[in-house]
Parts: sequence; C-alpha cells; structure tokens
Amino acid sequence: MKPTVAIHKFSSCDGCQLAFLNMGEPLIDLAQKVEIVHFAEAGMVNPEAEVDIAFVEGSIYTPEDQQRIKTIRQRSGLLITLGGCATSGGIQALRNQTREHWCDALYPSPEWIQTLSTSTPIADHVRVDLELWGCPVRTEQLIPLLTDLLRGVKPTLVDEPLCQSCKRSGAACLLVTAGKPCMGSITRGGCGAICPRYGRACYGCSGPVAAPNTAPLKSRFSALGLSPEAVERHFSMLHSGAKPFLSEGVKDE
Amino acid sequence: MERVGGKRFLRREQLEIILQALQTEGYRCVGPQRVEGAMVYQPIQTLSELPQGLRDQQSAGSYRLTETQNRPQNHRLFDWANGPQGLKPLLFPPQEPLWQADKGERGELTFRPLGVEQSPLAVIGVRGCDLAALSLMDRHFLREGAEDPWYQQRRQQLFLIAVECTTPAQSCFCASTDTGPAIKQDYDLRLHELDEGFLVDAGSAQGALLLQPLALAEATPSMVKQSEDALQRAAAQQQRAVATDDFRAIFAGRETSELWESIAEHCLACGNCTAVCPTCFCHREEDVSGLELQQSSHQRVWDSCFSGHHSQLHGVAVRSGRRERYRQWMSHKLAGWHDQFGESGCVGCGRCITWCPVGIDFVAESARFVEEQL
Repeated sequence: MKPTVAIHKFSSCDGCQLAFLNMGEPLIDLAQKVEIVHFAEAGMVNPEAEVDIAFVEGSIYTPEDQQRIKTIRQRSGLLITLGGCATSGGIQALRNQTREHWCDALYPSPEWIQTLSTSTPIADHVRVDLELWGCPVRTEQLIPLLTDLLRGVKPTLVDEPLCQSCKRSGAACLLVTAGKPCMGSITRGGCGAICPRYGRACYGCSGPVAAPNTAPLKSRFSALGLSPEAVERHFSMLHSGAKPFLSEGVKDE
Repeated sequence: MERVGGKRFLRREQLEIILQALQTEGYRCVGPQRVEGAMVYQPIQTLSELPQGLRDQQSAGSYRLTETQNRPQNHRLFDWANGPQGLKPLLFPPQEPLWQADKGERGELTFRPLGVEQSPLAVIGVRGCDLAALSLMDRHFLREGAEDPWYQQRRQQLFLIAVECTTPAQSCFCASTDTGPAIKQDYDLRLHELDEGFLVDAGSAQGALLLQPLALAEATPSMVKQSEDALQRAAAQQQRAVATDDFRAIFAGRETSELWESIAEHCLACGNCTAVCPTCFCHREEDVSGLELQQSSHQRVWDSCFSGHHSQLHGVAVRSGRRERYRQWMSHKLAGWHDQFGESGCVGCGRCITWCPVGIDFVAESARFVEEQL
C-alpha cells in the first residue's frame, strides 16, 4: 500500500504548493511512491479523505478555516505545515496588530467578508507534527523531507541561521562589506541564501531561528542609520506573528 | 624547512611566467579577486586578472576595499591584509560528498567511496596567518593513523605562493600570535612585494625549479633592508594583541563567570566567526537522496558550535544557549587547542572580529578574563 497524501490550502497565496508542482522529474518519482488523493491545485479534489500525511499551506483566518483544520487533523496521520503562513500566520498576520478597519476602506461591500480578527498559525489550533518554514518553501527543502518520510526515518530539520549556508556558498557578508541591514544572522536557513548571493540583504522570509537574539541586531541596524521605524519594519514583514518577532514589530496603537 | 637559495628580485610581470609554468604543469591557479566588495580566492589564468592597488579597511564588523591614491603603490597586487576566507574552503570544502550507496535490483546495497577528482591547486597570495592555520589543519586532518583521505589528496597537490603582509588591517594581531607578518615556513615560493617588484625565494625543490629558468639576479642589500623595515612596520602597526598565548589557566574554573553571560547578550549565535576562522574544522554529516530512493550520497557539511543541533547528545543540546556556545568557541580555540594540538587554535588573522555582524571583538573579550583574574 502506498502512503496517501493530501495537500490542503488555507489563507495563503498558493506559492508553497508550487514547491510540489515545480519539482520536475522527482514529481514523477513521488507519484509512484505515494498516492496523492487531494491536491486541488493539481486537479485531485477529495478534501474529506483520510490520509497518512497531510501538508497544510496557509493560516487560519476565517471561521470556516477553524473548523476545517480540526477535521483535517482528525483524518490525518502526520500533519506538516508548509511555509510561513501556516507556520507563523504569514504576512496577513500584520493585521493582528492593527485596530483600523482596512476592510471597510478597501472593499465596496465589506459585509460580505467574514474573517476572524487575527491570522494565526496552524499550531495555534491543532497539534502539528512538523513545521517547514519558508516564504515560499522550496522544492530543495521538500525533497529531503519526503525522502526521510518515505524511508520511515524522523526528518532532520537543521536549526541554523542563514549565515551558515551563506558562508558555505562563499558569499561575502553584505552587512560587513556594504552595511546592508541583513536579517540572515537570526533567520532560519533553508533557502540556499538566494538573496545575499545576489547582493540583496536577507529580509527574513524563512522566519526566525529557534532562539534569536534580536536586540543586538536591532542596535546594529540603528547604528547603520536606520530609523527606529525602519528597524521595526525589518522584524514585522512576513513573520510578525512568529513569537520571537512578535514583540519587535510595528504596533499600530 | 628546506630553504633553496637566497632572496632574488622578480619583476612584477615575471610572476606571469611562474603562473603560466604552473598551468603548463597541470595546476589550477587561484588568486585574490575583488568579489562583492571583498578579496576572495578565485580561479585565475593570467596575472592581469589580479586587481592592482587595492587595500582593505577592516574593523569590528566592517570590511571595505579602497583604491590606493599613492602612485607607485597603484601597481601593487598584495597591499591588502586578507579576505573572508583563508585556505580552509580550498582544502576542506564547505560541502563534500564522501561516499555513495546504491540499491540494486533485489534491494541489495553497495557502497563506494567518492574520491577527489580535482587537478592540483596553486594558490597565489597566501598570508602568514593562513600558513599557520594550514599547519594546524594538517595536525587535525593528517593525524597519523587517522588521515583524512580527501584533505590529504588536496594537501599533497597544493602549491603555495606566499606573500608577506606589509599592510595589516586594524583587526590583525598576527605579531602577537607569532604567525606573521613575516613568513617563515610551509611555502613553495615566498614573495615580498616592493614598489618595483618582488623579492622571491623558494621553500621547496619544486619552487626552486620554477625559479631556475628565470635566472633572477640577487636582491640588493637595500631591497632586503627595505623588506625587513616594511615587516617591522607591519608588526608595529598592529593595534591588537592576544593577552596570552595559552588561556588554559585563565579559563580554568571560570565556566560560570558572568563574563560569558555579558558576551552572550551581544552574540547573535550566527556562527560567522567559526565559518571564517581558518582553523575551525567542525562539520556534520548528511545523507542526500533523490525521491527515486535508489541512491544516496553521504556528505559532510561545515557546521558550527553555535548551531542548536551541534551539541545534541541523545536528543538534548548539551550546550543549551549562547553563553555555553560562545564559551565553547572561545575556550576551545584559546585553551582546548593546547591540549588537543599543543598550541593555540588562534592564528591572529582577525577574521572573527571583522566578520562578526555585530562586531564582537574576540581579542578584547578574551582579555577581560585576564583582567578579571588580576
């Protein structure tokens, strides 16, 4: 019996699911090793199915989401979150700290929109077995995870900051050589240091490392000439809902 | 070390002949290149690829390359102190497959070692600190009876053109660790750059063979005097010095010193110091496999004592926080190394100071333990 897999979507942009679709040839290998029973973006629709492994993309942002995730948890062996929205609440969690009614200002008929007052990660609602960070997650993160699961071993998710993979890639540090406010030192690795390798400072899309020391980095950013608001904004972009960043981000009081 | 002949004078353009001769003998050449604002060893084919007249300004958490205004020095190729990496990545690559496992038709496994498939390497522009680091890496990777075959093969095929450092950076302290700026050992060719060219001598038979066809004239006493003065100035200019060579007695019984906590308050635990340190050799091992599950390659990957998983024993991180991890890094480098290898693990290159994103000064922080004890 091949293990069964479902890929569910909550409040998100669909980008993490592309890590499956963009796999190329390994997707054929995967289709031979597992039975994908629900993956709406690829055409298989069976959201109620019981599965061995459920991948969940997106955050909990509507009353319907709240109910649906509980059902999925009951019907799934392993539940693995995929990407920033599912793991920290995503960019949409920025609204958690605002009291203004943007919805009224943006939509002609706001009464049709039913959302919760917060965007929250999956783990705030149900037990999560594994969290894969990234915005979006990459195929290169997914394949080792899938091979470990198929072999029946506990997946190893390395807890190291981006700087480690950046240094291994041979890139010179942008903070040190150019004074760019790079978040790499407290951001989880896994992206392959794409941005710094192309001269762009890391903006923290893979979320905080397990125990980031944010204060000295903020002081360093200030010393580079960033205004307090600009410093805070670095911590409140994609993962304002991640606990280590929560206290650092912009608060719209 | 075998010294072959005295110092001779090499015109700057004659370095090209040496480069070409090495390539004819099958060597890949790497030399300093300006990449993204830093001096980085990169493959080169001709002398013209080496940047002229560049200097580095280094301080805690900062590195900038600047062009020298001074005319005669505009032609100098080695007026900088060092870049983010020494020889480490060339001999101990950041990620390297060691062996491979293949699954046969009936599920049987076969294992095969993966060797080094690279031609010999010549490095141009090696500094005294990096030669000292090389000698320490040799002690680790070539320990008798436990030689690392991957390192060993690269090491045996390495040709080193060392260049004495006459413009130390503000972060340098090799004079205090006795690893520079003068170069004393472990080179094939040793250069000392002057405005008009180089003083050169050979430290190996192979180096001497390369010099022979050039029929170089002996260096004049004034050139030799000039080079000695430059080295003295380079040592005297250094603004930092390690408080002591051996920190074993300093750190003994200080495991719970509040100084560790005060460093940990500033430390990001990013591990940049360990990644740029030319003597840090810690690694983890990983298996990389495709989804077809027929093949798996076993890789070693640079790791850092600042990472959470590095001290995991039976699922528990023995060094639980930044305080314990910084203590491990500093006390291993300055004290534990003496027990392990008979000398300090610090070669005074200053990279851990320059490349720390928040500019923690390893020399100043270690000196606080000495002061506290007095």
